[in-house]
Amino acid sequence: MSAPLKPSSLETLSRPSGLAGLAADWASDQRAFKNVSWGKAMMWIFLLSDTFIFGCFLIAYMSARMATTVPWPNPSEVFALEIGGVQVPLILIAIMTFVLISSSGTMAMAVNYGYRRDRRKTAALMLLTALFGATFVGMQAFEWSKLIAEGVRPWGNPWGAAQFGSTFFMITGFHGTHVTIGVIFLLIIARKVWRGDFDTERRGFFTSRKGHYEIVEITGLYWHFVDLVWVFIFAFFYLW
Amino acid sequence: MVDVRSGIGEAVPPAEVEDVELYHPHSWWTRYVFSQDAKVIAIQYATTAIAIGMVALVLSWLMRLQLGFPGTFDFIDADRYYQFITMHGMIMVIYLLTALFLGGFGNYLIPLMVGARDMVFPYANMLSYWIYLIAVLVLVASFFAPGGPTGAGWTLYPPQAILSNTPGGKDWGIILMLSSLIIFIIGFTMGGLNYVVTVLQGRARGMTLMRMPLTVWGIVTATVMALLAFPALFVACVMMLFDRLLGTSFFMPAISEMGEQLQYGGGSPILFQHLFWFFGHPEVYIVALPAFGIVSDLISTHARKNIFGYRMMVWAIVIIGALSMVVWAHHMYVSGMNPYFGFFFATTTLIIAVPTAIKVYNWVLTLWRGDIHLTLPMLFALAFIVTFVNGGLTGLFLGNVVVDVPLSDTMFVVAHFHMVMGVAPILVIFGAIYHWYPKITGRMLNEALGQVHFWTTFLGSYAIFFPMHYVGLVGVPRRYYELGETAFVPESVHSLNAFISVAALVVGAAQIVFLFNLVWSLRHGRDAGGNPWRATTLEWQTPETPPPHGNWGKELPVVYRWAYDYSVPGAPEDFIPQNQPGPGRVTHEAVS
Repeated sequence: MSAPLKPSSLETLSRPSGLAGLAADWASDQRAFKNVSWGKAMMWIFLLSDTFIFGCFLIAYMSARMATTVPWPNPSEVFALEIGGVQVPLILIAIMTFVLISSSGTMAMAVNYGYRRDRRKTAALMLLTALFGATFVGMQAFEWSKLIAEGVRPWGNPWGAAQFGSTFFMITGFHGTHVTIGVIFLLIIARKVWRGDFDTERRGFFTSRKGHYEIVEITGLYWHFVDLVWVFIFAFFYLW
Repeated sequence: MVDVRSGIGEAVPPAEVEDVELYHPHSWWTRYVFSQDAKVIAIQYATTAIAIGMVALVLSWLMRLQLGFPGTFDFIDADRYYQFITMHGMIMVIYLLTALFLGGFGNYLIPLMVGARDMVFPYANMLSYWIYLIAVLVLVASFFAPGGPTGAGWTLYPPQAILSNTPGGKDWGIILMLSSLIIFIIGFTMGGLNYVVTVLQGRARGMTLMRMPLTVWGIVTATVMALLAFPALFVACVMMLFDRLLGTSFFMPAISEMGEQLQYGGGSPILFQHLFWFFGHPEVYIVALPAFGIVSDLISTHARKNIFGYRMMVWAIVIIGALSMVVWAHHMYVSGMNPYFGFFFATTTLIIAVPTAIKVYNWVLTLWRGDIHLTLPMLFALAFIVTFVNGGLTGLFLGNVVVDVPLSDTMFVVAHFHMVMGVAPILVIFGAIYHWYPKITGRMLNEALGQVHFWTTFLGSYAIFFPMHYVGLVGVPRRYYELGETAFVPESVHSLNAFISVAALVVGAAQIVFLFNLVWSLRHGRDAGGNPWRATTLEWQTPETPPPHGNWGKELPVVYRWAYDYSVPGAPEDFIPQNQPGPGRVTHEAVS
């Protein structure tokens, strides 16, 4: 994606540390974040922007939930699964969360192997991550269809405030879309890793730029972010 | 303040990033249409924005015809009038001003001014434009959709925005409007990320942040704000789209229409206002900050004097940007929110006056004892300062809760924001086009036509908006299709309205002179040479004019000084380009 870094020059090595280093970096020429590539910087700033989107969604949800005069459906009951005749609250969501958190682990390992230029292990771990992601989306689809079968709609539900269904479908749907996009990206990058694009410096189809193993880490940043957002959605929807 | 360094003979740090390999286009299509060159993308952005801006101009004519001469034009009925208002506002704020400042000037100037070959991700940059074009086309489609465009007012307040009595509320209008905004935001994000990363990570050797021209500071701060503020609009649009299409009740309270109880219930219209203005207020500064930056450079260049208080100018931009994220509810004093909110938001709003005043004083102090050349860019810059001060002062009225309440929703508000975020930034846009057109095309714009354009536009917009303050002060409400026989509206208001309308028609017509000038000078303009204004900044130092793909030829520029070395004592010329090494003179680094 981005231009490769030159080996750190003497000037870079002699930078002061801590707060003085921060000031020195921002006062310097060329780059404010030393040793951060363009691609990585861009992903971080995108994630900052995306944080505001999820933040607005969640604040809108909280505002709707606090403002409504009709009782809010009880999440412990709504999200319970009946297993062997017993209502187990939050079991599905616990599994989903576990799967997604695990996928962050495999993603981190993929990044590690990527920098070791271990093509096979990197690709395999990325595929595993994608598989976890797809499982998550699949279980979300299951959860959605269960709720829909029970009569939850964006405009109403049998148990209380209509905003329950609206916010639930909107926010989990938006998050699910993020996961799906992440899975697609993982598959694309895994294919490139597998094929050895980053070893042969093959150029991208659209951008005609040389790829680097760093793209694995950039994908990973996105993936961990989606994972982190889920923790908030989980807390605000299922535990509140 | 910080360290005292002369900057003379100081070694420039070695390159940290290898020179980029650009995609080299092979065909006419990839060179001029699906181009990844930021300069071509900039021109595409600007052309599209100006084209859609002409639609907004015509809409404003139609509105003024109705207000000035009510009942004369049969084809303007109340519904049409509201559609004109809505589309005029939305086009001007988002599709013209935001797109032109950030997509147009941002794309053209950022890589050139910071000494980069292009934006960091040219492909995403190209997508940004094409997605913007789709957003514009969706917007235009709403004019031809059944029921016409939405007439909800540019703020799109629910519940009325999606009810059947609002034009487009139950037809396609509002759907296309919201979709277009969502598409715009997606496209903008792709470009915006590019602008920020290019400035932070893609500068030339020697180009420190505190050596950047203020234009870049203004544009990049505005872009950061846009990346943080547009999400709120995105969320608001998605939620209202669901309210309209799926029947959710995010923003819709229990409501009955035409005696019929609707299915909605329990939603909060105020929530929309908060989301909208969390975007909407920063949006004012997203438009204003690039204007601040550009005008600083115009004044400095054409007064042949370094900008006064460069550091303070930079910090003022950053502080204004930060503060403007926490003032949004001053648009909502009459919405019925908690009065304590009003206290908080009035305070933050008035604090913004401090950094803004610093900027105005610094512009004036830059002019003081400068070698002022009354070129067209300078005229527009001077006009901007005057207009911005005027518009800013009425902002102090509207920022105070007790003064705002009686003035809210009157023509006074219309006059205020047209002065401050309509006329003022547009004057800067004109000034900037007169200033950079020679670099973009290699030819000067015609001076005589430019003078006609300037004086008509400048004086004409005062003829429009100055009387409008008085109309507002006597209590004439805004967004009224016609005033009719109203006891508190004196006869003079009607004649004033007719006067305003005539002035608006004339000012609109003057823009045609400008467009003609743009096209005519392309072939017949005087040859400009590489640096007709004898300016210091990097974009004027390119080896070729107009700059080719990749901007700099073989060698990237190296920067040795700040952007404002004008009239340096002892220097052979009255300007020293930023990339000129050697015995430079005292720069701000030594002074501070």
